Amino acid sequence: MDFNSILSIGENALQLGLISSLTVLALFLSYTMLNVCDLSTDGCFTLGATVGAVVAIAGHPGLSIVAAMAAGIVSGFVVAFLQTKMGINSLLAGIIVNTGLYSVNIAVMGNSSLLNMNKTETVFTLLKEKLKGTVLEKEYTLIIALVAVALVVVFLSFFLKTKLGLAIRATGNNPDMVRSSSINPVFTTIVGLCVANSFTALSGCLLAQSQKSVNIDIGTGMVTVALASLLIGGVFMGKGKIPVRAVGVVLGSIVFRIVYAIALRFDMPAYMLKLISSVIVIIAISAPYIKSQLPAIKRRISLARGKGAA
Amino acid sequence: MLKMTGVSKTFNPGTVNAKTALSDLSLHVNKGDFITIIGANGAGKSTLFNAIAGSFMTDSGNIILDGKDITLMPEHKRAKSIGRLFQDPMRGSAPGMSIEENMALAAGHGGWLSSVSRKDKELFRERLALLEMGLEDRMKQPVGLLSGGQRQALTLMMATFHPPKLLLLDEHTAALDPGTAEKVLELTKTIVAENKLTCLMITHNMQSALDLGNRTFMMNNGSIVYDVQGEERNNLTVSDLLQKFKESVGKELDNDRMLLSE
Repeated sequence: MDFNSILSIGENALQLGLISSLTVLALFLSYTMLNVCDLSTDGCFTLGATVGAVVAIAGHPGLSIVAAMAAGIVSGFVVAFLQTKMGINSLLAGIIVNTGLYSVNIAVMGNSSLLNMNKTETVFTLLKEKLKGTVLEKEYTLIIALVAVALVVVFLSFFLKTKLGLAIRATGNNPDMVRSSSINPVFTTIVGLCVANSFTALSGCLLAQSQKSVNIDIGTGMVTVALASLLIGGVFMGKGKIPVRAVGVVLGSIVFRIVYAIALRFDMPAYMLKLISSVIVIIAISAPYIKSQLPAIKRRISLARGKGAA
Repeated sequence: MLKMTGVSKTFNPGTVNAKTALSDLSLHVNKGDFITIIGANGAGKSTLFNAIAGSFMTDSGNIILDGKDITLMPEHKRAKSIGRLFQDPMRGSAPGMSIEENMALAAGHGGWLSSVSRKDKELFRERLALLEMGLEDRMKQPVGLLSGGQRQALTLMMATFHPPKLLLLDEHTAALDPGTAEKVLELTKTIVAENKLTCLMITHNMQSALDLGNRTFMMNNGSIVYDVQGEERNNLTVSDLLQKFKESVGKELDNDRMLLSE
């Protein structure tokens, strides 16, 4: 493997890591802050991709981003509405919406499960044109991903410090407190999930446009991959101020993709991605629990041994 | 200030578990009243608070707070004029957020997108200093690091940041060790007196039920069976109170914690 190919693998992983970190940032808001595990993430990611693609193919590359995010907001609103106003368990609400979105996504793509954007003008091709002849000519994907991630990180850093942001965090942190305070948890949950899902949809939209195609499976397993990245990010920078944690989450996503790219180089088949992310999520979430159980387990083992000796 | 007429609440109606928690309860709280509430286990003391705060909708009756009918108003809207503290000190503040952020939630002025200004921070420091617990120097620390007593004091400060029309204290010192409980109770007295708050306080300590405030309710089976104030209350002793309970209810007071705390 020569230096150039390593570089290109690294760059690919970086681009992919940055674009999917938008979904990870969405989960940072919904899962870490609001304490809602939003299982509609897969469908919402695909929704962003399909809506973005359809609008771009119709000839509106700029509008495609806005449309995708708006679609994400609607999807987030439905999930939040089901769990706050219709008495549906929050996990179930996510799964139901996710299932429904499958049909919606195929409908958006015009009864097809695949759309091609080879000749479509997208934000990526627009920037590519602009950069022609400059040093950055080949870096258009990276630039757009970086800008999008930077905007979302800055937005979250400010948003979570506002009165609304604090109320959303309190809703996730101590629901008991919020219920007996003047904060309306229905409102904060709806706003939180709408904002989070707009990022998820943006993430899907950018991924589809950067790889010039979208298929119905583009978002499958995204929620687990993003959770794995989120938890890896937490290991780096899980404590401290919100901006630091948000950057940590982005790093987590990039590290995840780089490790994955390296594993692929060692002949790991590509289809292993989802199994690996599942295992990472299992380890990251269960480790603290198992650690807390360890003293009891040790004691039981030593007791059993004592009995054996006697 | 607070007027309840014919308020009833039955949980699980129509089942074997049906429990009438409030039965045709009426009360009239005057502005500036500091009322202590005592009663046996399951007398409906906390249910009364839940009805006032809007944790559930009552089955019948009216609740009027400061001339406004709040019978059907949702809990979070009532919370703008009602401050509330629970026995569990963990219930009133968000452990994963800093003291400053918790205070900001309580201060809550400005629009949804406003954030804490330097002036706000100064104000938070001043208020926290009143607690004399050194919290003003730990503004950036998460609330989860505080002790139960510190958290309850902080909750008290947050609940009264904007003096509420009505303050509900549900045995808010019961889970604290005696020294800390004493301190939080002192703080409560000071804050209530300084802001001339109208306050209802559930307590299991008969002595402090008589020492604190200007009026005492005794509850049983979802109603107020004894309401005492003024001269009569001033001459009352704990044993009088127990006697009163026996007279109005027809049996000995069976709140074990209440008796043990003597």
